[in-house]
Amino acid sequence: METAATRPKKDHTKPAKLGREVQARLGQQLRAMYDEIVNQGVPTRFTELLNRLDGDGNKDKR
Amino acid sequence: MAIDESVRKAVLGAVPSLRAFAISLCGNVDRADDLVQETLVRALANIDSFQSGTNMSAWLFTILRNHFRSEYRKRRREVEDSEGHYAETLKTQPEQHGQVEFREFREALSHLPADQCEALILVGASGFSYEEAAHICGCAVGTIKSRVNRARTRLAELLSIHGADEFGPDEQTRAVLAGGRE
Repeated sequence: METAATRPKKDHTKPAKLGREVQARLGQQLRAMYDEIVNQGVPTRFTELLNRLDGDGNKDKR
Repeated sequence: MAIDESVRKAVLGAVPSLRAFAISLCGNVDRADDLVQETLVRALANIDSFQSGTNMSAWLFTILRNHFRSEYRKRRREVEDSEGHYAETLKTQPEQHGQVEFREFREALSHLPADQCEALILVGASGFSYEEAAHICGCAVGTIKSRVNRARTRLAELLSIHGADEFGPDEQTRAVLAGGRE
């Protein structure tokens, strides 16, 4: 998957656009906030869920 | 259902990013985790419709996004304690400054229209291309571009980032036109 770091920056010419440094700062904050959650990994609730769904099938399906 | 090992791996691998997306949309960790859980249950119940070889992560994001749209969005404003929940998940994080910054940032994000918010997160944080984001949201690539532009402009205003007050309605209109042309 393409990452934020490798994604080519679009070359906005005219419009409205925010200055380069404003965009960079927004992007940085957004990714920092996002990555902070990503770095929490997979809560056990979800591995347990998959185990349960997997187990359900083995028991219930014929 | 018996879950294929490769499916299990791909699904669990997508969970951290799915959670980050869900929390960004909901602004509430508990509800976001419920949303992720419901997404996984739906996905696995319909795993036959997943085309192997395609992007599992994008597929899961699509399901989550559509589920959020149909079930969660209307509840969004009913929940006022999102700050508390979010702060709770940050307790283990050592960096004080970062927390404050995220709180402001989250607050600003919550003021964006949902379609702008999701576009910005998908492209700006989840690492999807404009094309993938358009596919996930079921709209044109140009629409995603203009939503991302508007989201950035609005965020900069809300956060009073230097220079943001120079952008008036005209500038925004131009951004929309520029984004929609492609």
